[in-house]
Amino acid sequence: MKTPNPLGAIGRARFPLGAPDWPSGVDRPPPERKVGLDYDHEWSRRYPARLLRAVMLDNVTRPLAQFVAPRTVRGDEYLRLLEAPVIFAANHASHLDTPLLLTTLPARFRHRTVVGAAADYFFDRRWKAALWSLSLAAIPIERARVNRRSAEIATDLLREGWNLVIFPEGGRSPDGWAQEFRGGAAYLSVRTGAPVVPVYIHGTRRILPKRDEAHPGGSGTENRGRPLRRAPVTVVFGAPLGAADGEDARRFGARIERAVEVLAREVATDWWAARRSPQDAPGALRGPDAVAWRRAWALGPPAELERANAWPDVRLARVTARRRARRG
Amino acid sequence: MSPRPGFVLEVDGSTPPTLFWDGEGFTLERLPEGSRIIYAPEPLDALKDPVGAIRHALAHPIGDSEPLAALLRPGMRLTICFDDVSLPLPPMERPDVRQMVIEEVLDLAAAAGVDDVVLVAALALHRRMTEAELRHALGDRIYEAFAPHGLLTQHDAEDPENLVHLGRTAEGEDVEINRRAAESDLIVYVNISLVAMDGGHKSVATGLASYRSLRHHHNPHTMRHSRSFMHAPSSELHSSNWRMGRLIKESGVKVFQIETTLNTDTFPSQFAFLQRREWEWTLKDRVTYAATAKALDTVPAKLSRQVFHSIRAPHAMTSVQAGEVEATHELALASVWRQQGVVVEGQSDILTMGLPYICPYNVNSIMNPILVACLGLGYFFNMYRGKPLVRPGGVLIMQHPTRPDFNPAYHPSYIDFYEQVLSETTDPNEMHKLFEESFATDPWYVHLYRTGHAYHGVHPFYMWYWCAHALEHLGRVIVLGGDPGAVRRMGFSPASTMADALEMAKDVVGPSPSLTHLHTPPILMADVQ
Repeated sequence: MKTPNPLGAIGRARFPLGAPDWPSGVDRPPPERKVGLDYDHEWSRRYPARLLRAVMLDNVTRPLAQFVAPRTVRGDEYLRLLEAPVIFAANHASHLDTPLLLTTLPARFRHRTVVGAAADYFFDRRWKAALWSLSLAAIPIERARVNRRSAEIATDLLREGWNLVIFPEGGRSPDGWAQEFRGGAAYLSVRTGAPVVPVYIHGTRRILPKRDEAHPGGSGTENRGRPLRRAPVTVVFGAPLGAADGEDARRFGARIERAVEVLAREVATDWWAARRSPQDAPGALRGPDAVAWRRAWALGPPAELERANAWPDVRLARVTARRRARRG
Repeated sequence: MSPRPGFVLEVDGSTPPTLFWDGEGFTLERLPEGSRIIYAPEPLDALKDPVGAIRHALAHPIGDSEPLAALLRPGMRLTICFDDVSLPLPPMERPDVRQMVIEEVLDLAAAAGVDDVVLVAALALHRRMTEAELRHALGDRIYEAFAPHGLLTQHDAEDPENLVHLGRTAEGEDVEINRRAAESDLIVYVNISLVAMDGGHKSVATGLASYRSLRHHHNPHTMRHSRSFMHAPSSELHSSNWRMGRLIKESGVKVFQIETTLNTDTFPSQFAFLQRREWEWTLKDRVTYAATAKALDTVPAKLSRQVFHSIRAPHAMTSVQAGEVEATHELALASVWRQQGVVVEGQSDILTMGLPYICPYNVNSIMNPILVACLGLGYFFNMYRGKPLVRPGGVLIMQHPTRPDFNPAYHPSYIDFYEQVLSETTDPNEMHKLFEESFATDPWYVHLYRTGHAYHGVHPFYMWYWCAHALEHLGRVIVLGGDPGAVRRMGFSPASTMADALEMAKDVVGPSPSLTHLHTPPILMADVQ
């Protein structure tokens, strides 16, 4: 005997018991999408989510990041002198930058930091939005244009004492060199008074580059399925910056970019040489102003080529030979 | 709430037992009623923006000096000298103040187009710093930028090629200092004034000097006439250094002095009870004390030493001043006194103190018996202005295990000093006459000093001379809990309990003695009136 379905009966019922019909003369509004900038991420900063994230960051993400990207950190000692909120403005070459930077920060910053993430990329599906909000405390930032809502979200969080990681380039580098910095970090600093700590991350593109970086002009799927390549990285923190009296966000933004540029020079040479190089020296951050192949050339050989040119690991060769001999 | 000043507590029936340091450990001792305990002032607030304060100090120098930026020009020779591993104590959390200051100096030098820059660790006759210690003091960035190019050097007081004799003072004191520094267009000296003895002309005149120069003030006569060497106007040690410093200036050597002072935030939060007054210990403090004391009692001394030497102090900068040496030093001294000064009324018959695991000469190393004597009789006894805390002929009771253990890499000459010199004499004058020269010129010690990480051969003598004023002043020195053999070798009396020590002291100072306990670290300076 068939069981009666009361919900089905209601669905089939006529108004007012059932749903009303939409008048054909009235435009139906688009369905409310709770994604992108509209995604409600407040839950990700409540205690249970923070606790879970802290456990994950410290016990899973951190060791994983350390394994995949053994890091050298410079300048982190100055973070001890800072009080939250702080804006960390870093160059961006890889998806690895965020977990790497977060797990490099001292615990008192790490567990109270939100990450500005592209609303159109990380928040375009509910499951993605939930995943990044929970795992990295990501907040949606509109990167295609200046957006009041993005700025308000970040400003409110800074005022509540949260630190912010932001990538002022607005996205990962398409060719390995940094792009022009946008004014978001500077604007937020001017608005909230939070200092900006410039950060330079070097080496992550060798581990996980942007998908189409290795094949510019390709379909964008060439790197799909490419395994992570383990490589050392360097994270350099600069001295905190604040907007000078009367300095607007645009000028301050340029100063932040110059500060990251000095950090990039520091990695390429050393701290003292970076300070002594003239400001108009060929860019260590944005790359030489030259045709594409020369820019690619200036990046140095890709990691796999470097490995191929390296001397063979004699110990490993010996072990392999011994094993073969045993088998033989 | 602003930090509370130091004060003197009179012990009565309600006073809880008092914390005594005991090397790599501590005990609680109940002092007789009527005793006085001197508590250090609480740590002063840190500068809100230390880097900003450094920039301001460099741009607004004190005394007869131009701003640092105006003293820098392309083509000049710039030498940046800095205090060595003996400061601060314990080593501070990163960033070290030397790193913060030197980075700012180098920023200005880079902006001015100065290329010829050399950094010199002002060691005097101390051991050379290890790479890890240099990295800690200067930061990885400075180390990696300068060390690989041979531009980060350590002063070698035995390198005749790299020393220059600038002349003799009116008192006939030879002034011989580091050649690179002396022949530079500008010396920038970055100092940490942890105690009132540090800084001033002593930075260059001692830190960059040779044995030939140092022996004029590091001798029993000078030390006996430095009462105390923590108070420059009454210190022959400082008078001699000041004469030398003025001669250096007259010789045309230009010094831009940067002096920093730190607060007495000495121990990290897990050892917070070490900074608190006992009656304010919370349950957490009491549990931590009990657990730590018990654990330290049971683990081998080597392990507890490792634990303590891994402590990084959360010291914070309380002031930074720069410019002409004497004017800068005056300001720095005022900051030191503001942090450490405690007014004490009158002297007592007995002075007690617990000695910790560290002194300026055993960072990352063992505190051998000679350094125990130096810390108690040299440093802590001399932490006064006016007159000593204990009356002439009084008794000093200091607690420390005083094991006859030595670090052969860092303190090779100390071993021979202990075996050969102290077994013959404990009189500073006599050992000065009979033994000093042979230790100071021993080629093996010179070799170890120059190429390894050894203190100079003469260094143990200097440590003993440091005690000269106290040895002359005191009627008896009792070491509570000390190894009897080592204690007797140094001419002191061992005691196993505080009660025994007090009974022994009464033999010297009579019945019903007055007693003062120096509750330190954190460091304090007694202004005895």
